[in-house]
Parts: sequence; C-alpha cells; structure tokens
Amino acid sequence: MSNGANAIGRRGLLGGAAAGAAILAAPRIAGAQAKVIRVGMPTVLSGRVAILGTSSRTAVQYAFSRMNEAGGFGGRTLQLVERDSKGRPDEAAKVTRDLINNDGCEIIIDGEASSGGFAVHEVVRDLPVLCVHTNSETSSLTADPKLHVKTAFRCARQGIHDAVAGGVYASTISKQRGLKRWMTCSPDYAYGRDNTAEFLEFARLYDPAIEVVDQVWPRLFAPDYTENITKALQVRPQAMYSALWGGDLVSFMEQSNLYRLFPNVALFSSSLGDPPVLTAIKQLPPGLHTAYRYNRTYPDKPDNTAFADGFAGLAKHEPTNWAWQNYVACQFIGEALKRTNGRTEGAALAAELKGMQISSGLAVDEKLTMRESDHTLIGYPTAWGRTVPKAPFVEDFAPIAWSQILEMETQWKKQKGYA
Amino acid sequence: MNLDVLAGCVTTASCFVTQVSTGLIVGMLLFLVASGLSLIFGVLGVVNFAHGVFYMLGAYFAFAAYEVTGSFILALLAGAAGAGLLGIVFERFFMSRVYGRDLLMQLLVCYAAILICDDLVKIVFGADYKLMGMPESFAAAPVEVMGGFIPGYYIFMLAMALGIGAVLWLGINRTRLGKIIRALAINPQMVGALGINTRLLYAAVFGMGCVLAGTAGALAAPVRTLTPGMGLSVLIESFIVTVIGGMGSIPGALVAAVLIGLTRAFGAIGFPLFTDGLMFALMGLVLILRPSGLLGTRTA
Repeated sequence: MSNGANAIGRRGLLGGAAAGAAILAAPRIAGAQAKVIRVGMPTVLSGRVAILGTSSRTAVQYAFSRMNEAGGFGGRTLQLVERDSKGRPDEAAKVTRDLINNDGCEIIIDGEASSGGFAVHEVVRDLPVLCVHTNSETSSLTADPKLHVKTAFRCARQGIHDAVAGGVYASTISKQRGLKRWMTCSPDYAYGRDNTAEFLEFARLYDPAIEVVDQVWPRLFAPDYTENITKALQVRPQAMYSALWGGDLVSFMEQSNLYRLFPNVALFSSSLGDPPVLTAIKQLPPGLHTAYRYNRTYPDKPDNTAFADGFAGLAKHEPTNWAWQNYVACQFIGEALKRTNGRTEGAALAAELKGMQISSGLAVDEKLTMRESDHTLIGYPTAWGRTVPKAPFVEDFAPIAWSQILEMETQWKKQKGYA
Repeated sequence: MNLDVLAGCVTTASCFVTQVSTGLIVGMLLFLVASGLSLIFGVLGVVNFAHGVFYMLGAYFAFAAYEVTGSFILALLAGAAGAGLLGIVFERFFMSRVYGRDLLMQLLVCYAAILICDDLVKIVFGADYKLMGMPESFAAAPVEVMGGFIPGYYIFMLAMALGIGAVLWLGINRTRLGKIIRALAINPQMVGALGINTRLLYAAVFGMGCVLAGTAGALAAPVRTLTPGMGLSVLIESFIVTVIGGMGSIPGALVAAVLIGLTRAFGAIGFPLFTDGLMFALMGLVLILRPSGLLGTRTA
C-alpha cells in the first residue's frame, strides 16, 4: 500500500466511485426526463426475411406519427430507434442492450422473429423496461410460466391459437368434402415442424378420419421444390397442409402451378394470406385455403381500411401480418402512456398493460385484449378464407369462435404443464 | 427410409418418367452454373467463390428486362449479357490482380464482391422477394409422357441447357478459339509468345463463365423467388457438382449435375429425411474412390 501524498484514501475512492456512477447513469436519467420518448426496435432488416423488419418498422413509424400529431403523451413525443439484428439471436440481444444502455431507449418493441425474440426476452429480464414482442408466434414465449418476465408482453398471433383455428376449419372442410388422405410440405426447422404437428393434432381431433399419407420437409430457403411437388404427384393426397412462408411459399406455388398440382389437391396454408405473398404469386389458383394473416377487407371496419391506406401510403405495398401486429402494439403502448401521463418506468407501464382492452379495427369483435394472466394478445382475427385470383385475393373468411380457441388452449396448457 | 416406395416408383413408368425429368430439371440449372465455375477454374486456375453472385445478377437483370419489355427472350439475353459484362469488369479490375496469389487473398476479393453486390441489389431492387412470373407462352398444361408429367417450361429449360452445353463443348473442342483457350489453360506463356492477347482471353473466358451463371439465373427467374443473397445456395450445390465431376471438366460437370439431380429426385421418394445428406454422401464417396472427380484429370 502506498502512503504517498498522491495516494487515494478510502473515502476518496468511495466518493470517486459515486461520482463515476452518477456520470454513467446520467444519460438514462436525462433520457427519462427528455421530451422525446425513445423507443428501441431490434428487428430483421436484411437478408431473405427483411420484409418482416421493414414492414414492422413502417407500421411503427406510421403509428408514432399519428400519435405525435395528436399531441403525444404528457408533452412527450415518440421516436423510433431501430437496429438490424440480421436475424441472429446473439445480435438481437446485443442491439437490445445497446438500445437501452447507450441509445437511451425507454421502451422496446421487439420486432424479432421467434429465435431473436427469446434472446430479447432474456435481456429485458435483466433490464426491466417495457418490452412488447410483436413478431414471435412461438406459443411458449408467453405460455410457459418459467419464461415469464414482468415487463414483457406479446402483441402477435401465436401458434396454438392458429393451430386450433386451423384444425377447426380444416376438419370442417375435410368432413364436407371427404378429404381423408393428407400430405404436408413444411420447412425443415423448429417452426415448420411444430406448426405442422399442432395443425395436424387439432385437425385430427375434430376429424379422426384424417390420415397423413406422407410428409416432406424441404430445407428453409430452398430455391427449388420440384422434387417435393413431383412426390406429391406420386402420393396423390386429397389435401395438403403447408407451413411454408414468404419467398419460399411463392416459389413453391409457382413451381406447383407448372404441374397443375392444386386444382387436384386442396391446399391449406398457414401463410398464404400474407398480402406480399399473394401479390408476388403471378398465377394465384382460386379456392386455396389460407389462414388470415392480413386483409384490408377483414375485419370489415373503417379503422382497418384506414390503417391499410395509411400504411400502404408509406410502404407502397399492402400491410403484412407483422405490420398490423406492430401497429396494434403501438396502440397498446400509446394507451398505457396516456394512462401514466408519459411516465415510462417498465413496472408502471406493465401495470397498465395487464388486462388492457382497446378498441381496434383489427379486433374480431369490438376490442383487443392484452390478457392479464400471460401477457398475450387475444381477440385478433384467426379466420380462414379462400383465395381468389384478384384483389383482395382472399375472401369468404370463416371466423373461428375465440371461446373455442381459448377452451382448447387451456387444455393444451394443462398438457404442456403450463397451467 | 421408404425403399418399398422407391422400388415401386422405379418400376412404374409414370413415376419413373416424372422423377427422371425432375432430376434433369434440377440438374440442368446446376450444370449451367457449375460449368461456368469449371470453365473458369480449368482455364484461369482460380476458384471463383463469387460465382453465385453472377447467377443472382442474371436473375435480377432478366427480371428488370422482363418488367420493362415484357419479352422473355430479351429477359434471357439481358440476364446472360449483364452477368457476362459485369464478370469481365470483375475479372479485369479485381480478380486479375490476385492471379497466382494466396488462395485466401482470392477468397477475400470474392467475399467482398458477394457482400457489395448483395447490398447493391438490395438498394436497387429492394430487400423483399421478387418473382418474374411465367411467360404466357409457357402457361400451357404439362405434357404427359408415359403417364408422367413434364411442364412445358421445364422442357424448354432442359433444351436450352443441353443446347448451351453442346455449343460450349463444340466451341472448346472443335474451333480455333477453343484450341487457343485449351492451350492457354496448359501454357499461357507459349500462347502469349505467339502474339495472342492473353489478358483479353482471360477476361473473355471469365466473362463466358459468368454468362453461363447469368443464363441459369435468368432461366430460374420465372419459377424461383429473387432475393439478395440468392446465389449462395446455388453456389454450394455447384461446388458439389464441380467436385464430383472433376475440377475444370465441363463434361464432368454435366454428368455430376445429372447425378445430383437424380439423387435429389429419387432421394425424395426413398430417403425423404436424408435428401440433402445424400448429395454430400455422394460427394464423399467420389472423393474417396476418385479424388480428382469422375471426369477430372489425375494429377501426379
């Protein structure tokens, strides 16, 4: 130990440490008091699924501009700070920490797909700002109590809801048309396999006569599906379920069209209803069955049409499934900020969001609910419809009662040990 | 493993015809890309790790030309010519500077080209997927052959690929220019001593390799979605084809591409969970039994 004139004493050390901590904390304190509320958004802005991030970002920008024009919250306006995670979970976690610690973001809108969403979820466990997951459809994120984070919510459709709705719809059609022989064609990764298994589980629950005669698993982002299509020609199923999505689904449809596959096989798709997919397919066969992803004509409400027009004015294309989820997330956050008069502490906003109901053009009935028990959205459209070759591309939406979805979800949670 | 189903398919005319045609369809596009890769390696002695970029550029050039003109023929020409011209520019300004240098240096230049081109495509065409759409003339129902079905567009694609392969083979083996190119591959100093501009020839050969990749991209554009970075997956499969066929051998690339196509087509029937693995297993087998590839030249 030094006893020299310049030696730092214990009190000096403690004082210096306190001063240093105050300086380091200053940006966050300053951020909390700033007029602008910075909202961070980790999302995928590059690569093959960039449209997930770009349409999410546009939806948030559109929502924020409307809220700011309306006067903001307690004199404060909203500003979006987005970061590209490139679809990598490690990068998603890193940019989320940066957004909170370095960019002074007081709220996180997590625009990651499922893999990144779980990474962001764990960051928010450590840094408890309000986080709303807007694009992860994996049910366990909010259904598994072990993963529960007090300040994290999900404003997105989720797999189990879609599986029940799909099972109810598909079994109704299969009974009507006698579709017994089924085949599946889904991407070979966790989402594709889980989604397909859940769909089949509920479809067979409601129609035990359904028999799965074959399953093919093309790899994610495969450029060519010819071998899978010609296999379907050999197997000759009466119906096919596919969890392919995005550009993969577009390629699969165009290549299937060459073989005239779908006039002879009834297709049930989880993702065909997304407007960018529908518009990218040059020859959309009529009568294909698809889950609702987004459609400006459903729910048939003026607020929905206004959202579609406003979004399309900015993005130059129709809203995606991710777009409406992010727009609705902003509506929930806006309502929470209104109730806290612009206060952004994670706990305060979370307390407001629990069980919150908002009127929305995207609600099946009048209101969308952020369910208190597991912090997840319910009441959104889960209908299935049939394709038509021209806009609006999907019509005859058949809604599935939410009471039925919730009943089956409760049973599913018990089976999984979540309830 | 569904060996019973596979045996049933092989012995049923309709299934056999459909799966063989599937194999040829998958294989012929791969052949076009891999033959360009082989040509460049065979003559210039460099592995063009950026070859997938020219496949992507060919597809995007074709897409743009089709959007503007509505002509599929012009789209094909634009895809091939655009990729070829950019290939020449790439060779002259970048690749020519790393000939004979360390492999890592070549890899670095190619990787930089991949990143830059992917970003440029994103800036110009956007990050979301595009589809060119099927020309009206190919919208007819698939042709029935012995109970199997082959789409008209795929018949056209097969004919194009085989035609290009034949022209390439004749050009290299039966013309004076082909003789010079073959000589260039063996002894460039001697060719230069004869007063032939070897730099120009190198650029032309590199450009021709890129024309082949661009043509494959343009032919794929009506049936495959276009995204920045789409060249990567086709590049990996093309390397497998090149390794199986023999580095630098164009007939080898043809044989290997058809083998890979048939492996995928019949693998989907008999080994549905191991179709991709079969490709790599085939490559491993060839590397063990014949390290220089099926039709590659053995080195001492």
